Amino acid sequence: MAVEKAEALTGKDVVGIDRLSAGEIQLILETADELLEVARRPIKKVPTLRGYTVVNLFMEPSTRTRFSFEVAEKRLSADTLNFSSSSSSVTKGETLFDTARNLMAMAPDFIVIRHANSGAPHRLAEVIPASIINAGDGINEHPTQALLDAFTMRQRFDSLEGLKVVIAGDIRHSRVARSNAFLLDKMGAEVRFVAPASLLPREAEDLGVSTFVRLEPALEGADVVMMLRIQLERQSKMNFPSMREYFDFFALTPERLALAAEHAVVMHPGPMNRGVEIDSVVADGAQSVILEQVTNGVAIRMAILYLLAGGRSESPSDS
Amino acid sequence: MTADSSSQTRLLQVLDEAGMDRTIARMVAEIVERDGGDVMLVGIHTRGVPLAARLARAIEGTAGRKVALGRLDIALYRDDVGPWRPAHQQPVLKETVLPGPIDDRIVYLVDDVLFTGRTIRAALDSLVDYGRPRAVRLAVLVDRGHRELPIAADVVGRVLDTTATEDVQVRFAEVDGEDGVWIGREAGDGG
Repeated sequence: MAVEKAEALTGKDVVGIDRLSAGEIQLILETADELLEVARRPIKKVPTLRGYTVVNLFMEPSTRTRFSFEVAEKRLSADTLNFSSSSSSVTKGETLFDTARNLMAMAPDFIVIRHANSGAPHRLAEVIPASIINAGDGINEHPTQALLDAFTMRQRFDSLEGLKVVIAGDIRHSRVARSNAFLLDKMGAEVRFVAPASLLPREAEDLGVSTFVRLEPALEGADVVMMLRIQLERQSKMNFPSMREYFDFFALTPERLALAAEHAVVMHPGPMNRGVEIDSVVADGAQSVILEQVTNGVAIRMAILYLLAGGRSESPSDS
Repeated sequence: MTADSSSQTRLLQVLDEAGMDRTIARMVAEIVERDGGDVMLVGIHTRGVPLAARLARAIEGTAGRKVALGRLDIALYRDDVGPWRPAHQQPVLKETVLPGPIDDRIVYLVDDVLFTGRTIRAALDSLVDYGRPRAVRLAVLVDRGHRELPIAADVVGRVLDTTATEDVQVRFAEVDGEDGVWIGREAGDGG
């Protein structure tokens, strides 16, 4: 493996891939390698985070990410508190900072936050001593998703270096695409964004990726094909004529997948819109690693909680 | 042999390669006499792992049957990392691999040095998360004393009389490039 892992995470938070070094990413991936084993034990729980409290602050709908974090926290024996926007005082007009300050009175060690505003976790991290973990902020980043995606690729290909990764779909509104582009660039993979021109991000060149407005040429020789969901809730107006037309031009069908490398794997961060961005035959096919992504997500989140639990890394533990 | 001894630390060799071979052979005899060859050996990272592998090979030679061999990382069970501790670097996780179910097996935990007993406490807690062995025993190459918990070894290669500040170094060719046991002493330590 080309990248040497760091000895520790340097910050108290994980708010974005853009703030992690390649060595820190490698450390998280290698720590998750070992934590994957906890899920295969008769007792799927270790006492490591006894006495730690985690607040899961989900201000935007989420099922799998919230469950994944909660399973990770419980497998490490942390105490968990769940706040979601629909059932809390947020709906009564409280600001994020007032909510967070009130939560701090309960002395949590970690706050896992999902928020519709890009940058909300970063601002929270500046004013709150707890470790902040970004579970998705607006259209900015979704770092744990990119890490679990990288982990899944690494299981199949050993190294990320030189991998050709196609990311197709609603790129402009996708924090998953952004975090993946940051991560894959740092780890030496080649990223190709595919979307209708209206859904390509303006800053694609800054992210170090190549862009395509058609799926077929991008798929040539691809090792990984990652399909993204069309995010209807983030479209200010429809950026393409119809779902039907989107499927015709941009969906991953068995015929299109055949253009990629023979060993290529198919990924999707979920939830999938079958028949929109991905054909059911591909989603359930032999090349799909979509369910492995879900399993791996728990190990990645455990790894981040474990590594951040040490606090700042200035004083290495003795013995 | 003592190439890495600095001006501050004096290294005193207490076992050489041949001495280590003899010590391990004696440990094997004790294990086989007590439990026969039907045992599971679980080496604790880092140097319990090569020791367990050597014990397993030797037991296979003596008892004529395959010995189940595993390795255990105790980092997730440590008692010195937690929210009450000042900031620290989390221990690097290593692989835990058990060769099969441990229920009703006689499991030997294997480590190079028995000191405070805290590693063994963590290993015992870890082991019960995998099942309920018939018995758990402890085999160590060196018992250097200074226990902080009520833990004792069943099979001991060598008892070393040490002070708490002395440093016992066990080296295995597989990990360190050479075999042997040394005691490291601070220069002004009286000795």
